[in-house]
Amino acid sequence: MTSPLDLYPISENAPDQAVSASGMQLADLTLDAVVSERIGAGDIRISADVLKLQASIAREAGRDRLALNFERAADLVAIPQDLILETYEMLRPGRISEARVLVERAEMLRRDYGAHSIASLIDEAVAVYERRNLFRRRY
Amino acid sequence: MSSAPRWRRFDEWDTRPLRLDQFAVEDPEAGFATFHSPWDPKPSARIENGRVVEIDGKAEADFDILDSFIATHHLDPDVVDEAMALDPTEVARMLVDINVPRETLERLARGMTPAKLVSVVSQMSALEITFAYAKMRQRRTPGNQAHVTNAKDDPLQLAADAAVAVALGFDEIETTMRVASNSWSNAIACAVGAAVGRGGVLFQCSIEEAEELRIGMAGFTSYAETVSVYGTEAAFVDGDDTPWSKAFLTAAYASRGIKARCTSGASAELLMGFHERQSVLYLEARCLCLQRAMGVQGTQNGGIDGAPLTVSMAGGMRELLAENLIAVWLGLECASGNDTRVSESEIRVGAKITPYLMAGSDLLCSGQGSIRKYDNSFNPSLFNGEDVEDFLALQRDLEADGGLTPIEEGEIGNLRMRAIQALAAVFQELGLAEVPEAWMLSVAAASGSLETETFSTGEVTRISEAIRDRGLTAVDVVRALEKRGFGHEAENLLLMLRQRISGDYLQTSAVLRDGKVISALNDPNDYQGPGSGYRMSDTRWEAVRGLRDVQTREKVLERERRVDPTSEPWLVAGGEAGKGTDPREVVIGLSPAFGNELTQTTAGHDLIDVVLALTDGVREGGGSPRLVRIRHTADTSFLGLTAARLSGSGYAIGIQAKGTAVIHRADRLPHMNIELFSNAPITTLEHYRAMGRNAALYALGREPEPVIVPTEGQALGARYHVRVAMLYAIETGLVTPDAPPLELTFTIGQGGSRP
Repeated sequence: MTSPLDLYPISENAPDQAVSASGMQLADLTLDAVVSERIGAGDIRISADVLKLQASIAREAGRDRLALNFERAADLVAIPQDLILETYEMLRPGRISEARVLVERAEMLRRDYGAHSIASLIDEAVAVYERRNLFRRRY
Repeated sequence: MSSAPRWRRFDEWDTRPLRLDQFAVEDPEAGFATFHSPWDPKPSARIENGRVVEIDGKAEADFDILDSFIATHHLDPDVVDEAMALDPTEVARMLVDINVPRETLERLARGMTPAKLVSVVSQMSALEITFAYAKMRQRRTPGNQAHVTNAKDDPLQLAADAAVAVALGFDEIETTMRVASNSWSNAIACAVGAAVGRGGVLFQCSIEEAEELRIGMAGFTSYAETVSVYGTEAAFVDGDDTPWSKAFLTAAYASRGIKARCTSGASAELLMGFHERQSVLYLEARCLCLQRAMGVQGTQNGGIDGAPLTVSMAGGMRELLAENLIAVWLGLECASGNDTRVSESEIRVGAKITPYLMAGSDLLCSGQGSIRKYDNSFNPSLFNGEDVEDFLALQRDLEADGGLTPIEEGEIGNLRMRAIQALAAVFQELGLAEVPEAWMLSVAAASGSLETETFSTGEVTRISEAIRDRGLTAVDVVRALEKRGFGHEAENLLLMLRQRISGDYLQTSAVLRDGKVISALNDPNDYQGPGSGYRMSDTRWEAVRGLRDVQTREKVLERERRVDPTSEPWLVAGGEAGKGTDPREVVIGLSPAFGNELTQTTAGHDLIDVVLALTDGVREGGGSPRLVRIRHTADTSFLGLTAARLSGSGYAIGIQAKGTAVIHRADRLPHMNIELFSNAPITTLEHYRAMGRNAALYALGREPEPVIVPTEGQALGARYHVRVAMLYAIETGLVTPDAPPLELTFTIGQGGSRP
C-alpha cells in the first residue's frame, strides 16, 4: 500500500487521477484542444474526487485541519456559484434575523447536494450565533 | 551667564525623514501594548469528556465566537494537557534547538491556547525569534510576492509591470484597483502580463469577496488572500464576518481550485477600535489559532495595514517577527507582511527586512511594490519599485535568497513591449479595444503612470464591464493569445489552468517554479542547523549576485587604463637618480605605473595635468621641481620618503597614479609625513598646485598652512575602493624590489623637469 503522499504532486505523480469536474483528463487539456474549442471554461474545474485525494494527502502529511477544509470544499464542488455566494452572505453577521433560515439552508445542502460537512459547519454556526446574539440586523 | 544655546544637531535631526515617523508610548488601556497587557488572560485550558470547556481563564458559557471556534477546531484534546503543562521557557528553548524537529513543536502547538503561545514567544529575543522562524517556516525554498497596480488602473501598464515582476522572480502577483469596477480589466491585464517570459506565477485580484470569487471562477486568478480575520468578536463582526462565514469562504475558494490564505496582523483591532485593552500579540495569536482551525493553508500576517502602528510601539518590530513565528509554528504558510512602508527612514526599512532575508520566508513580502510608490493602490510597500535594486543588493550582501533575481535592461525592454503587445492583441481579438502604437511605446518606456499616454479611467471601466458582462474567461484569453501568435504566453496561461484541475497548489506553501509545484509537502523545510535546510544552488547564487553593473577588472581597466600605444611617452626615463644639491629643490616621486599603465587619478584628472599642477605649484612657492620614477615601492609614504632622500632641500612629494599624494621630509619616519592627500577622488588640480606650493615653502624654511581637502562625508570607500583596489594592483605589479629611482624627463608642456 503506497502512501497518498507518494501521489503528490498529482499533476506529476498521478496525472491520470487528475480528472476535472466535467470528467476531462488533465492530459487532454492541451492548447490545441482549447483553441479548437473541444475544451471550454466549464471543463476547467476541480472535481470533488481530486479534492478528496488532496485531503488524504494533507492528512497523511499531518495537516488534518487542511484536510477537513478540502473535504468541505469537495462538498461545495457541485453547488452552483450563486447558491454558494448566497449561503456565504447568510453566514455573515446580522444578515438574517432567524436561526431557522440557516438551519433550513443546512438541511437543503445536506439533502440536495450531500454536503454533510458544510451542513454541520452551518449548524455549528447557528448554535454559536444564537448564544452570541448575532441574529440581529446590522442594516 | 546666559542660558546654554540649543545644540544645532537637534535642528538637523529634526529635518531627518525619521522625524516624520510617530512613536507611541506603551498604554495598554488604550490598546498600545505589544507583548503583554495587564488585561491579557493567563494561559489555561481544561478538557471535560473530550471537549474543551475552558480557554485562557474563560469558561465555555462565556466563549465568544473566536473562543468557540478555537475550542472546537484548533485545540487537540489529546495534546492539550501535555502542551499546556510545559514551562514556556522550556518550549522557547525547544524552538531554537536544532535537535528538536519542527514536527514535534507543531504537534505541541495544537495543544496550546493563544495565551500559551504568547507566553512562549515572549521569552525570546528578536534574534531567537528569527532563528526559530528559519527553523519552523514551512517550505524550504524562500519566495516573494509583488504588488502590481497603478494609479490609472491602466491595463497596458499592468501587463508590462506584471511581466517585469515575473522577470524579477516574484512567485505571486497581487493587484487591486482605484475604481472597483475596473477589477475585470485588471485581472485580464495582469494574467496576460504574468504569462510573458517565464510564466508560472500565481495571481490574485484583491476586491470584495464575492467579486473576487467570480473573477477566480473565470480562471484569471489563482489565489486569494483577502480572507481577513480579527482578534476580537467586535472587530470580527465589524469586519462583516464570523469564523464560520470565513471558514465557508475558504472552502468555497478550494472548491473552485483557488489557493487561499487568510489575512490578519497586529494592531488591526486597534485601528478598528475594538482591542479590548489586550496586547496586539495576544489578539494576533487568537487570529492565528483561528486560521489553523479553519483549515486554511496559510496566512498573510505580520502587521499588514497595522504594521506602522505596531512599529510605533517599543519592541514593535520584534512583535511582528513573533506573530510570524506563531503562524509558522502552527503549520501555516506565512506571507510575512513587509508590505507596508512602516517608516520614512530608509534605515528602519532596511532593518525591518533584514531578519526575513536571513531566516527566509514562504513569501518575504505580501507583497513588495514592484511599481512606483505613487502607483501602489494598496499604499506603498516596505520596498517599492524605486528601491528594488537596494533589496537585490541586500540579498547579495547577506548571501540570502529573498526570492528576487537581478534584471538586465535590454531583456526587460523587450518583455515590457511583448506584454503590452500581447494584451493589445487580446483586446483586439476579443473586440474590447484598439490600442494605438503610441500608447504602447509610451507605457513601455514609462516608469510610472504619471508618464503614460494611455486609456482614460472611464475607458478602462467600459472594458472591464464588457469582460464581466460577456462572461469572458481565461480560456477565451488563451485562444486569443494563440490566434494572434503569442503561443508561448498561451501555454503559460494554460499551465495555470492545468493547476486548477490537479489542485496541487492548494497544499501548504505552494508556489510554482519552472512550471512545477513546490510546497511544504514536496519541499519541506528541513532545517536542523549548519549544513541543512535551504542553501542557494550555485546557479541561483550566481543569478543573485549578478547585480546590474558589477565591476570587473576588465571593465575597470577598459575605462581607466586609457593607454594609447601609438602615442609618445610623456615621461621619459633616464639614468639612476642621484641626490640633489639645490636647497630649493623639491623632488616629485612618481609611482611605478604613473603615466604609463595608468593615466588618470580616481578623481578623473589626467596625470599630465596633475604633474603640471604640482610642478607649477612648486615654482610658485619659489622651489625647483625635479621628477623621478620610483620603482621599488608603490606605497605613498615610501614614495615620499624615497623622493625626500633624493631632494636637495630634503623635502619632496610622493604621488601614486590614483592621486594619493604626500609631502615628506628626508629625516622623518616613513609614516610621519608632513601633509597627506588621502582622499584622491575629491582632490582637485588646485589642491595639487597648493601642495606643490607648500612643499616649496617648507623647503625655503617657511611654515605654510597645510592644505586641507574638504570632505562632505561621502562614502568614498563605497564609491571608489573597488576601482582603487583593481588599479592599485597594477601599481604593485610593476614594483621591482631594489630597483633604484630613475631621472624623468617631462616631454610636453612647459618642461617641468631638467633635461
